[in-house]
Amino acid sequence: MTTTQALGKVASELQEERNYLNYPKGIWSWLTTVDHKRIGLMYLFSVLLFFFAGGVFALLLRFELIAPGKDIVGPDTYNQLFTLHGAIMVFLFIIPAIPAALGNFILPIMLGAKDVAFPRLNLLSFYVYVFGASFCLYSLVTGGVDTGWTFYTPYSVETNTNVISMTLGVFILGFSSIFTGMNFIVTIHRLRAPGMTWFNMPLFLWGIYATSLIQILATPVLAITLVLLILERVWGIGIFDPAMGGDPVLYQHFFWFYSHPAVYIMILPGMAIISELIATFSHKKIFGYVPIAFSSVAIALVSFIVWGHHMFTSGQSDLASMIFSFLTFLVGIPSGIKVFNWIATMYKGSLTFQAPMLYTHAFLALFTIGGLTGIYLGTLSVDVHLHDTYFVVAHFHYVMMGGTVMAFLGGLHYWWPKMFGKMYNETWATVSAALIFIGFNVTFFPQFIMGAQGMPRRYYTYIDQYQSMHALSTYGTWILGVGFLIMAGYLTVSLINGKKATKNPWLGLTLEWTTASPPPTENFLGNPRQLWGPYDYDKVLMDENGLVIFNPNAPKDDRHAKDENGSATSHKRDGKTTTMKQTV
Amino acid sequence: MNPFSMPEKASNHASDIDALFFFITDVAVGLFLLITIVSITFLWLYRRKGKAFFTSPISHNNRLEITWTIIPTILVFVVFFWGFRSYLDMQVVETDAMEIKVTGKKWFWAFDYPNGVNSVNELVVPEGKPLKFLISSEDVLHSFYIPAFRTKMDAVPNRYTVIGTRPTKQGTFDIFCAEYCGKSHSEMIGKIRVVSTTEYNKWLEESESGGNVSPVEFGAKLYVSKACATCHSVDGSANTGPTWKGIYGKKHKMADGKEVIVDENYLRESMLEPNAKVVAGYQPVMPTYQGILKEKQIDALIAYIKSLK
Repeated sequence: MTTTQALGKVASELQEERNYLNYPKGIWSWLTTVDHKRIGLMYLFSVLLFFFAGGVFALLLRFELIAPGKDIVGPDTYNQLFTLHGAIMVFLFIIPAIPAALGNFILPIMLGAKDVAFPRLNLLSFYVYVFGASFCLYSLVTGGVDTGWTFYTPYSVETNTNVISMTLGVFILGFSSIFTGMNFIVTIHRLRAPGMTWFNMPLFLWGIYATSLIQILATPVLAITLVLLILERVWGIGIFDPAMGGDPVLYQHFFWFYSHPAVYIMILPGMAIISELIATFSHKKIFGYVPIAFSSVAIALVSFIVWGHHMFTSGQSDLASMIFSFLTFLVGIPSGIKVFNWIATMYKGSLTFQAPMLYTHAFLALFTIGGLTGIYLGTLSVDVHLHDTYFVVAHFHYVMMGGTVMAFLGGLHYWWPKMFGKMYNETWATVSAALIFIGFNVTFFPQFIMGAQGMPRRYYTYIDQYQSMHALSTYGTWILGVGFLIMAGYLTVSLINGKKATKNPWLGLTLEWTTASPPPTENFLGNPRQLWGPYDYDKVLMDENGLVIFNPNAPKDDRHAKDENGSATSHKRDGKTTTMKQTV
Repeated sequence: MNPFSMPEKASNHASDIDALFFFITDVAVGLFLLITIVSITFLWLYRRKGKAFFTSPISHNNRLEITWTIIPTILVFVVFFWGFRSYLDMQVVETDAMEIKVTGKKWFWAFDYPNGVNSVNELVVPEGKPLKFLISSEDVLHSFYIPAFRTKMDAVPNRYTVIGTRPTKQGTFDIFCAEYCGKSHSEMIGKIRVVSTTEYNKWLEESESGGNVSPVEFGAKLYVSKACATCHSVDGSANTGPTWKGIYGKKHKMADGKEVIVDENYLRESMLEPNAKVVAGYQPVMPTYQGILKEKQIDALIAYIKSLK
């Protein structure tokens, strides 16, 4: 053992004694912490709780739909179930899941920073989230809401369910989202480690940056809309009331002006995670760094001007529909480019198939289906037939669950060892990932078929011809449920007696893998520098314990190398590489 | 239900929309297979055998990237123009179109024909006749959706929206409400019957007078066709509204505490001004049937209710 290795061992033992999880101690130190890692974990715990709640609602409402007519609940309860499922999954789970939970934990470490730019604002954002969530829960226990998560007027003004506390909750949650977005933008601008230029940042950070832009710019519009809705309910100000010269369709414009960009608040962080996972588990330089980075920003900007595609049958003008349809196709292209880049990244890589990689491939397959089915819905005349049917339900579940949730699960497994210093059981993780993938498709693919056949969404009961597809869809949720139960099981077990995680179990190159698992409170011992690109798998090899080998044959900077030469010479390099490794 | 087909085609726009639907399907399936096959090939070829090593420095390839940007762009532009053109076709109302007023209410569809006839949840139209649906709502948003016609349009209160279409096939097809509208949204289902012109004229005559049936039988028909059945049962079971079984002659307790004897006048008022007196325990959600029910039809419904002992 060399001296360096010995010193490294001593240093890592010292670190083990004190990490962010066990120091300082006590519940109060958690509740008042300004450590982004602890805040990230508190967020993680909360969003998983709501994911569980939303999932139970989903199981119940799918069970109700197994046959026409009443199976377990009546129409009023059913309407509340799908509303709560949607509202909880969107506002309490999926929007905060990746940025606020995983992002909070990993973003500063990836940047090589000690914390986010405004640690106390970060803690405030968490408590604002809890405050907003408690309004939603209040609404849930005092009779629920039956408007659908979209709160369309005039129904949301007329219904006697608890719309105000739910919308107030969502209004408050919006501030939490804005705080997080602001914090991340400033952090990325100001706290990058020495050596980390904008184009040397991990792509996760580009994705989160683009997401934060939308969070800051779009969320206030939702807040205004919900305030108007509350005023309409309380005082009948008439802005959405046709009897007083208002316009219910105006509500839809307001709502989707936020909620379409919000779709990208949900999917961009998922894409951001996939860029990390595909590179790490292909052990290969990412293909098309610049297009992937810029397509995130392009999607963020174009996402603001496509909201009208939710309203092709609302009676809006034909010209408006035409423009929105055109822009919708435009926003699809950067997403396609990303998929091609991710797949090209695997070319000449060195691929392994642990759970994060399985979820990456689940993402690629399902998100591609979600994206391609978006073409049907962006097409004006075809959308007239498919709008508000199960086709739409299937489409957005393929994007949101097949896309974002798969990426979230991939990210959760990827950073799990870093968060808790423990490894999960890979065999069970594979079983669970397979069940979730199969269950997902059994649940949602039949919905495309039903939708094309004309089955409208938000139906408590339905005519007999749709029954076989509905039943199949319900069976799928049971497979999904089992998959998630297994996951809950092995993740809990890993916390109790999981194998100790090394610094860098996946042989990644981004900065979080250069520090201990779990990291110390200050994230790094000393001040980290970025010495290599985040995806320089051609030049640098970092082993499980963080020891680094440089490739002596790598060119100084290949960024400007000619493509044609690149692929021709790589064979030779690979050959030499092998020789070199044997001598190490 | 054949999972690889679309619903029956019964309007002039259906074929074009289906052709576009299947064109998109071909492109999408092609792209998906391409992506999947390339992925699986890479997964197999480049799986790690042994220990991790330095990998290729390939980071981009301009020619390839331009190709995979331009080809999908061209494909989606083709789809966009095709979709836009067929959408514009759907917006055109033919000049000799027959105008039918479609009104969505919680939770049924009312149809007014040019000659003053009206119907509920049953839309009868002659085959081959161009139609203009003038759509509106009396309460919340609804959406008038006929899958077999591939057409859908929201019903918005205080505003008219329009569908132009022409039925091309005889038969009975579903009408759904596609915009969530509350408790019985999923039961806001009507039928559109496309019939020959002779049959259509015969139907117009009969729906006015009930033909040659007794008032009780006519009332029983109206119970279904005017969508009373959506909210009122005739077997005593609970629903959105009070059951009709044995209701005649009984005392009803109202929401304001008063008691009312259910007689002819009360029943008549409940149809025309449903919210004047609301039975205790029920929501005031019933829409008025003023203008929908003719005198003779009101009489027939009262006769039918009286017969339900």
